[in-house]
Amino acid sequence: MIRYTLPLVIFIGLVFLFVFGLHNDPRLVPSPLIDKPVPAFELPLLHKPELTLRSEDLLGQVTLINVWASWCVSCRAEHPLLVDLAGSSDIKIYGLNYKDERDDALMWLEQLGNPYAESIFDQQGRVGIDFGVYGVPETFVVDRNGIIRYKQIGPITEEDLKTKILPLVEQLKAPVT
Amino acid sequence: MKVSIRSLLLLLLLTTSTVLHSEDTVYKFKDDLQEQRYQDLINELRCLVCQNQTLADSNAELAQDLRHEVYEMIVKGGSDDTIIEFLVNRYGDFVLYRPPLKQTTWILWFGPLLMMVFALFAAFRIIINRKAENSGMPVLSDEERKKLADLLNQPEAGGS
Repeated sequence: MIRYTLPLVIFIGLVFLFVFGLHNDPRLVPSPLIDKPVPAFELPLLHKPELTLRSEDLLGQVTLINVWASWCVSCRAEHPLLVDLAGSSDIKIYGLNYKDERDDALMWLEQLGNPYAESIFDQQGRVGIDFGVYGVPETFVVDRNGIIRYKQIGPITEEDLKTKILPLVEQLKAPVT
Repeated sequence: MKVSIRSLLLLLLLTTSTVLHSEDTVYKFKDDLQEQRYQDLINELRCLVCQNQTLADSNAELAQDLRHEVYEMIVKGGSDDTIIEFLVNRYGDFVLYRPPLKQTTWILWFGPLLMMVFALFAAFRIIINRKAENSGMPVLSDEERKKLADLLNQPEAGGS
């Protein structure tokens, strides 16, 4: 009996393993930054180079930090969703303009709309490294205390927004009891 | 004549351009030890953009940036451990080609060993079973044995 059941059991085991593998994108590497404070930064604003934004400025509110660049194709796909979100909710979205040229970035926002409360300009990508950025676009959800609670690698889809990001933001926004 | 000069120029262009292309940013180190450490590190760290390449192999922009970070840290006197920690803090254990031994990596480290033990066990059982089958087969009763001996002896006896 075992002669026939054993291969069957192994086969079913393999099927489960492969199905699990199919749903597991190897490009999504869990970020060690989750539940850690936002890396300290101070970068010039994209629109007003003479002013800077520092990591402390994010404290006291739930924010999204969206890493984007004008050269990034999937950012273009994601962008309308962010514009909608900025228009329909009061979530503050900060842009981290990653390894871009200022003129290109400004033109990009002019053409496609600007959902960002501010964008900071990280031309060298040095702050990007501190954020562990490796696949633009990336989006971080940061709570009031400046702790990163979620990281999205790759473009946000409508589903991600509805099932993950917005519920989390609501939860983080709820007054602390 | 014109053609030959042109082709010579083309040849020159082709050969030099590949040389220039293969030459990445050249880093200057204080001594050979630093350079060796740099080489060792970038050969042991994974590029997250093209995941099957090391920082040394990859031409992705992120890999170039990270090589630069590693270089800067080495020149500033950072130890190998601090450099590795720097990268792990940002990108996770995944940047290491030799992941650390911890609870989440047990399967990774001991899985193959477990498989081998399992395979050896299976092979062992198969061999044992086969032996038992084989040894069970040629048992003959006394009568059969006599018959066999007769059959074997007959043609020889008849032939001579």
